[in-house]
Amino acid sequence: MDVAAQNTGVIVADAAALSRNTFWDGFARQLTRAAVILVLIMLGGVMVALLDGAAPALKTFGFSFLTTESWNPVTEKFGAVAPIYGTLITSAIAMIIGIPIGIGIAIFITELCPRWLKRPISTAIELLAGIPSIIYGIWGLFILAPLLQRYVQPALIDLFDGVPILSDLFTGPPYGIGVLTAGLILSIMVLPFITSITRDVFETVPPMLKESAYGLGCTTWEVVRRIVLPYTRTGVIGGIMLGLGRALGETMAVTFVIGNAHKIAHSLLAPGTTISASIANEFTEADGVLYTSSLIALGLILFVITFIVLAAARLLLLRLQQKAGN
Amino acid sequence: MNAIARQRYQRRKIRNYIAMALACVATSLGLLALAWILGTLLWKGFGNLSFDVFTQMTPPPGGAGGLLNAIYGSFIQTAIATLIGTPIGILAGTYMAEYGRGTKLTGIVRFINDILLSAPSIVVGLFVYEIMVAPMGHFSAWAGCVALAILMMPVVVRTTEDMLLLVPDSLREAASALGAPRHHVIRKVCYSAARAGLVTGVLLAVARISGETAPLLFTSLNNQFWSTNMNAPMSNLPVVIFQFALSPYADWQKLAWVGALIITLTVLILNIAARTLVAPRSQQN
Repeated sequence: MDVAAQNTGVIVADAAALSRNTFWDGFARQLTRAAVILVLIMLGGVMVALLDGAAPALKTFGFSFLTTESWNPVTEKFGAVAPIYGTLITSAIAMIIGIPIGIGIAIFITELCPRWLKRPISTAIELLAGIPSIIYGIWGLFILAPLLQRYVQPALIDLFDGVPILSDLFTGPPYGIGVLTAGLILSIMVLPFITSITRDVFETVPPMLKESAYGLGCTTWEVVRRIVLPYTRTGVIGGIMLGLGRALGETMAVTFVIGNAHKIAHSLLAPGTTISASIANEFTEADGVLYTSSLIALGLILFVITFIVLAAARLLLLRLQQKAGN
Repeated sequence: MNAIARQRYQRRKIRNYIAMALACVATSLGLLALAWILGTLLWKGFGNLSFDVFTQMTPPPGGAGGLLNAIYGSFIQTAIATLIGTPIGILAGTYMAEYGRGTKLTGIVRFINDILLSAPSIVVGLFVYEIMVAPMGHFSAWAGCVALAILMMPVVVRTTEDMLLLVPDSLREAASALGAPRHHVIRKVCYSAARAGLVTGVLLAVARISGETAPLLFTSLNNQFWSTNMNAPMSNLPVVIFQFALSPYADWQKLAWVGALIITLTVLILNIAARTLVAPRSQQN
């Protein structure tokens, strides 16, 4: 075998390897692309499946599904007002308590905390997000609710007795479980989401800006209030919306403590229900097409609400990233 | 400094003290909540822990028993969900970071993936009920696995993309310059460089699904007895905790606490393992 033949052999082998590699490369590209498209289809699939499942209820009740309060499996009259109200009010309580505390923790971590303590505290707060929601539920039911019933709720009733509006919000017997308890637990659950995003965006503030403010004689609070917060506003709102998205869709923790009553009570101490709690509580026991379908329609409403909130959050955060990139 | 200026300075200082004190209070509240929840869990969980928990089946009301079938069910469903969700998630993340970087498809999928990441898990349960349980006519462990796989996919996609993007392009270029085909570069260079990150993503995803309850309520349901049939309802820890905690029986409630302890420890260990895996890298920065 002479040298020329050897060379051709090598070239032939190379060509074979090349075509093999081209094939596998195309294959890998298409395979990964298929996985991406699967993720894409999933979201569309969720929408289609929910619409399909909700169709009987939406056909029967039409728009009045969104305006009726009654929820009666016996007469098969279903309306979504009470669960929607419960979802919104519990999330509102969670936000009223969770936002100041979450931002407060972020301020502590970025401005006050000694360097060596930063990581442990951040980790501890983030662990709150790792605790499964059912644990919050069982803790809320057995620990928090009795405590609220015995001490906090009577105190609230006494405190606001006679004050207009507020006395309406805190009235009735202290059950322990109810809208307020659910809101409280949700506020703990949204903390890690608000805190971790707020902390991250706080750290994107250019040190020069902060140092200039300190150089002018600002106090730490003034720097936070006038420099850091305005600079990071979009990011902070994005973090809050992300937390809100979580609170709206949270199921198990709320199901344990909300009391599952399909009515709108003025008092925050009264039991209520949320969209997710209604589904969790009633879905397996629902008999009849209309009942099941009404619950799926509730799920559809929840999905649409959270989708809007989460999409808004992502868009805000995305805008911030682009700003940082430029 | 005249008197008015001093007064104003004092006021600013006091306001600053109050604000900073409130920030400290907020942090203590957050830490207190964590300590309180974990403390209760350890106290009630270990207090009721016994050997029977790992050897006996879930009991009928008022009887003694354990959680063996629930632990087995949770384990097997999480494992199968991981086997389904991980490859799809890693493949999708690979496309987004390698083949389709900067394309419109990647942008859209990243956006949708981020939304799926925090979408309510109960909606995923309804989805799987509609596509699997309703057509098949019965609850099954398979449906539970699919629901969990759908929940873990976004986490894996997100971390895979992030971690692959952290691999410097010079590494890819060096491998390509040596004549390595693209899929070779990805497998041998990028995956190796990002291995710790990829494992972290999977661990976080497993941590997320191992405590999920809502999507299992109407997919794999529950089963009081030992069952290895994937085509039938299967017991699992979260749903057992839900059912037992809300029951009026003291025995059941005790078992619920033990189950809660087992789940939380598993999830926290997975979380901490994931953190320590990526820790060396972030400390370098």
